[in-house]
Amino acid sequence: MSAESSQKKHHIQILVENRFGVLTRVAGLFSARGYNIESLSVGQGTDPSVAQMTIVTVGDDRVVEQITKQLNKLIDTIKVVDLSESSFVSRETVMVKVNTTTRPEDRQEAFRIAEIFRAHIVDISSSTYTLMVTGEEEKIEAMIGLLRPLGIKELVRSGAIAIAREEPRPSSRPQRSDGELPA
Amino acid sequence: MVKMTGAEMLLECMKKEKVSQIFGYPGGVVLPIFDALYKDPSLSVVLTRHEQGAVHAAEGYARTTGEVGVVLVTSGPGATNTVTGLADAHMDSIPLVVITGQVPTKMIGNDAFQEADIVGISRSCTKHNFLVRNIAELPRIVKEAFYIARSGRPGPVLVDIPKDVITDRGEFRYPETLTLRGYNPTVQGNRWQIRKAAQLMAKAKKPVLYVGGGVIASDSHGELAELVALSGIPVTLTLMGLGAFPGTHPLFMGMLGMHGTYAANMAVHHCDLLIAVGARFDDRVTGKIAEFSPHSKVIHIDIDPTSIRKNFHVDVPIVGDARLILSDLLEDLRKIRDEEGLTPLDSWHRQIEDWKEEHPLTYRKDPEVIKPQFVIEKAFDLTGGDCIVSTDVGQHQMWTAQFFKFLTPRTWLTSGGLGTMGYGFPAAIGAQRAFPKRRVLAVTGEGSFMMNIQEMATVASLEIPVKIIVLNNKYLGMVRQWQEFFYGGRYSSSFIGQSPDFVKLAEAFGVAGFRASKTDQVEEVLLKGLSTKGPVLMEFMVDPEENVFPMVPAGGSNVEMIFEAPPQPKAGKSGRREKDAVITA
Repeated sequence: MSAESSQKKHHIQILVENRFGVLTRVAGLFSARGYNIESLSVGQGTDPSVAQMTIVTVGDDRVVEQITKQLNKLIDTIKVVDLSESSFVSRETVMVKVNTTTRPEDRQEAFRIAEIFRAHIVDISSSTYTLMVTGEEEKIEAMIGLLRPLGIKELVRSGAIAIAREEPRPSSRPQRSDGELPA
Repeated sequence: MVKMTGAEMLLECMKKEKVSQIFGYPGGVVLPIFDALYKDPSLSVVLTRHEQGAVHAAEGYARTTGEVGVVLVTSGPGATNTVTGLADAHMDSIPLVVITGQVPTKMIGNDAFQEADIVGISRSCTKHNFLVRNIAELPRIVKEAFYIARSGRPGPVLVDIPKDVITDRGEFRYPETLTLRGYNPTVQGNRWQIRKAAQLMAKAKKPVLYVGGGVIASDSHGELAELVALSGIPVTLTLMGLGAFPGTHPLFMGMLGMHGTYAANMAVHHCDLLIAVGARFDDRVTGKIAEFSPHSKVIHIDIDPTSIRKNFHVDVPIVGDARLILSDLLEDLRKIRDEEGLTPLDSWHRQIEDWKEEHPLTYRKDPEVIKPQFVIEKAFDLTGGDCIVSTDVGQHQMWTAQFFKFLTPRTWLTSGGLGTMGYGFPAAIGAQRAFPKRRVLAVTGEGSFMMNIQEMATVASLEIPVKIIVLNNKYLGMVRQWQEFFYGGRYSSSFIGQSPDFVKLAEAFGVAGFRASKTDQVEEVLLKGLSTKGPVLMEFMVDPEENVFPMVPAGGSNVEMIFEAPPQPKAGKSGRREKDAVITA
């Protein structure tokens, strides 16, 4: 493996023993060795004794190789897959509480944006809407960008979750780096 | 089924794991365990005088025997005092099981008396750790702890047991087998990779074996010796690897790295094939990584996949147990020898001999002032190398590594990765407990020795006959050396001339003490000390400003070794010691 410092985003899926303290072991590994975590999400899988984590990290090939090896080395880690090595689907959910009274047209505008991005309005007040949207990262960033002029009061993100595709998509259609098919 | 308390269960588990020696220190929550030990004569306890000493002693025991070292301490400060030892064992891959008491389950998190989150604190300096949450899981966890500690790349495992689990009663059943679905270390090396490695070794014109502590941990020194006999490939050892190959062998080039020999560093720099076995390309070995072994293909044999490509590029990585891999490698190499023959290495050997002659390990002898290297040489001569040697950290450690010729594995105890001052003396205690009949030397400096000097009470009370060699140069020598070379001779906080009278102190502890202040007294004191029964302290007043050479300045390339102090502006030197004395007073 060459040591070129091409920083790339990697989605890493980890199956761990569903025990207390495991999250700290994983998170502690990243901080102790100076690796980046862009996002981390964790939940129980079909087997209640196994927890499933998706970590999004950034690093060059050498660093990511070390990350996967170091994760594997943890006793409580059952399996580590760097999803970015093949095709996968990644999604994230965000909830955005946005002002709708900064400008007179904002209440309409927020509603339109929600519709275009197929976001749900999950809470409403006289001066705000709370939009919830699920999608790939680009879509979420685009929506947040459009909502910013209205004034974002609060924003929460779930962190990405990702899953490998059962079969690679036919090669005639262009694939993006996260394996997502263009809409 | 027998019902027993958690404390009794713990001891039963230990016996199942063939433990016979524990190093520890009692306290509140572990009293029931010590009470159970009192009633059970099959497990012996060495009471150290500090928990850190207990962990280092267990390290010494583990490293000399190859078995898991066991420590038992109480909660809170007892547990936190083990942290340095855990970190040391973690870096140097020493198998330990450290049992800590914990406050009762219901009180965890309440800031109870002597409570510390030791599982949280020790997470990054153990191979794994456990909090036992009920008595039912105690036997399984202890079994897993021992298995994890000794298998794969060995390391320390901490088991934290709350008071209520210790006193609870339950049925004892020790599991026959264990299933750790997340832990399955690779031991068998990839056959294809091994074949590739053998081919490279057969063809190389200038190969070097760079061997580390992994060969000692896997007991593969026999295979290594065969490999060298077959291939004629010269060997350099890391600090942790000393003893894996006889220090007197003609194909041994000495240690490599920052204080390695000229021949070893030159050979590694100019070789065309570097075969790393159980070594991890530590920065003290490689120096400036971009200029380390620039012309070589690299074979890296290690049981820990994370060691591979962590610091350095590798052409042929082989993950697995060094012993199995080396014996496979031998088989392949023999086949190649019989079919095609091996490349003769005569000119490479001659080149290495030239390097050895160009700059051998040496020092300026003095008829008056004791040279520290002379003490080490004499100790080797007088014992014939037939002893176990531990060191602390600093100049004395490097001189021992350079001038004591280690002949067999598991006779050399030193803190390599973490560089823990205070390691050596307690480690020697552990070694002496494992081998009561062997001669055990603890070489130390007056700085390091002070960091666990309380253990003199341990050796005195149990009559553990460790022979302590204190090389007293009145300075934190390695710090002083760096200050002389790189900080303009400003000896900031490195003068410790106000050390106690170690001979008197030894006597106060009940340890025999001798001192040599002149070169012609060295042999006499060594002979007297080594032949005295029981624990002995020998203090040697050595040259205060002696330096360790060769030296690769930190961050430099390994071929930029220096053999004498770089020129320094000597201004202000006269006033220096006085000022230091004021600071330390």
